[in-house]
Amino acid sequence: MTRDSRFLKFSAILGFIFLYAPIISLIVYSFNKSKLVTVWGGWSIKWYVELFNNQQIIDAAMVSLKVAFITATLSVILGVLAGYVLSRMGRFPGKMVVSGWITAPLIMPEVITGLSLLLLFVSMEKLLGWPSGRGITTVIIAHTTFCMAYVAVIVQSRLAQLDDSLEEAAMDLGAKPHSLFFLVTLPIISPAIISGWLLAFTLSLDDLVIASFVSGPGNSTLPMVIFSKIRFGVSPEVNALATIMILIVAIGVIAAMWQMRKKENVL
Amino acid sequence: MIQESNTPLWKLDGAKPFIQIKNITKKFGEFTAVDNVSLDIYENELFCLLGGSGSGKSTLLRMLAGFETPTSGQILIDGVDMADIDPWDRPINMMFQSYALFPHMTVFKNIAFGLKRDKVPKKEITERVNAMLKMMQIEEFANRKPEQLSGGQRQRVALARALIKRPKLLLLDEPLGALDKKLREETQFELVNIQDELGVTFVVVTHDQEEAMTLATRIGVMGNGVISQVDEPRDVYEYPRSRFVAEFVGTINIFEGRVIDAQTDYVKIASKEACSKLFVNHSINCAPKQKVAVAVRPEKIKVSRKKPDLAYNCLYGKIIDLAYMGNLSIFRVKLESGKIVRVTLPNLVRENQNPLTWDDMIYLSWDNDSSVVLIS
Repeated sequence: MTRDSRFLKFSAILGFIFLYAPIISLIVYSFNKSKLVTVWGGWSIKWYVELFNNQQIIDAAMVSLKVAFITATLSVILGVLAGYVLSRMGRFPGKMVVSGWITAPLIMPEVITGLSLLLLFVSMEKLLGWPSGRGITTVIIAHTTFCMAYVAVIVQSRLAQLDDSLEEAAMDLGAKPHSLFFLVTLPIISPAIISGWLLAFTLSLDDLVIASFVSGPGNSTLPMVIFSKIRFGVSPEVNALATIMILIVAIGVIAAMWQMRKKENVL
Repeated sequence: MIQESNTPLWKLDGAKPFIQIKNITKKFGEFTAVDNVSLDIYENELFCLLGGSGSGKSTLLRMLAGFETPTSGQILIDGVDMADIDPWDRPINMMFQSYALFPHMTVFKNIAFGLKRDKVPKKEITERVNAMLKMMQIEEFANRKPEQLSGGQRQRVALARALIKRPKLLLLDEPLGALDKKLREETQFELVNIQDELGVTFVVVTHDQEEAMTLATRIGVMGNGVISQVDEPRDVYEYPRSRFVAEFVGTINIFEGRVIDAQTDYVKIASKEACSKLFVNHSINCAPKQKVAVAVRPEKIKVSRKKPDLAYNCLYGKIIDLAYMGNLSIFRVKLESGKIVRVTLPNLVRENQNPLTWDDMIYLSWDNDSSVVLIS
């Protein structure tokens, strides 16, 4: 056993180094005094100060946060409905196909999702006059289409674990189906909904590919700005920005995991 | 309402049943879960539906609650057809096997849930819930969440929640199934007391015959979607009407044989299995030479080393197994035909000077009125 556990420890450490060494070096270099990214010139927070004075980055961050917030909220509403339908409709012909359709965006290559949405928006603008041009609205719609699928899967799996008799008990005690949903089902699955929201928020904040397709001029998201900056060489400012994003995403993921853990303890 | 004292309603002619189940059938696709069942249950009864898994007892209960729609047939409760009445409008409450307590609500809120749905004034809700908590002796847990309670406490909360709306009918799905044996026995008697006190009609579904025996005013034995017999517990045990009921309720010895003489007050049967002629002092509707079965409960059989002076109901065999259970001993006796008979004897004395033991040859006998003849 001891020999095995030493081997396990060794592989775990190796794996973590592989995963986190680049991120750690990035965080360390974001505090680099030197203007050259690859040369260490002592500790400093001046790139953070500069970052907060860069209006372009601040604007992009605001766009990203706004998009992520609205996307997460819309995804939760649609995803809960989809998950509820999938787990409560019982068996109907073509159920496999329908649940496949809902989860397809999970495995669809982002380039294809982005391209097809772009084509849709362009032809919709021609035919219906809406959405006029591309901007925040189109990014939100595009992000919602794939984030919703994640929420639907999380909610569906939570509902599948739920004891059917809870809803029957509520009915039996006089709750009509709509009030039963809000009084019993929704509160019980709320941890799954919160973790779904956090996941959607993080996914939307991270996305570069789809946003690049459907965003318009003047409405670049943060990942888009970073990507375009990198094309002109990596500046220490980007390191600082990346560090802050890692922090936000880490908080989001940890909060989502914590919510999931809490949910497991409830039942 | 004037009622003849002590005569149960189901024995009175013309008494109006509280629940009328008329030719109910429920099919799930090709599978028939409940097959043309008709049943009357009377006010204040504690009726037990007893059956194994897949017998259709739970489906029948769920149809009463309104969670399943019958494929055909009719259910009347207090004279009202339930066909178009949704579960939330029925004057019925149910206690679920899993208890189904809402995990996000405190005990108090769980119990108050039903009253809130009926828009009962807040003050009255508090009073009624507190009175119920007191009656169930769970006042100290009012502010706890279900996950912080033991199995027995949860069971009380579930019962309190189901009773708070003062339903005319309470359905209980395996109410004691999740409790350990000791708690189970206590709770059984408590359940009967509560039922008596509140005057609610109870319909209990259970697979545990002991539970059905102690709880029920009447038992309906179910198997394969059909109710085989509806009777008071004693009659179900002592006078089973079919082999299925006889074997399902308690243990019983069954001897197959052929009728040799059938009169209005007795039947004589020749049984190769029993290696003896059997005599039963009740009549059955049968033809001579018809194949029948005679059933005797293990505790009705008498044991002796000397041959009793009997022309009928006298068997001879070797003890092949015995088990000392404390209050009684169980013997398995092998007859010449190879048939194994189960006998139980109470341990009346502490030390038996000449105890029966393995390989002893003994005579088994029983009184003429101790056995029943079964045709089906």
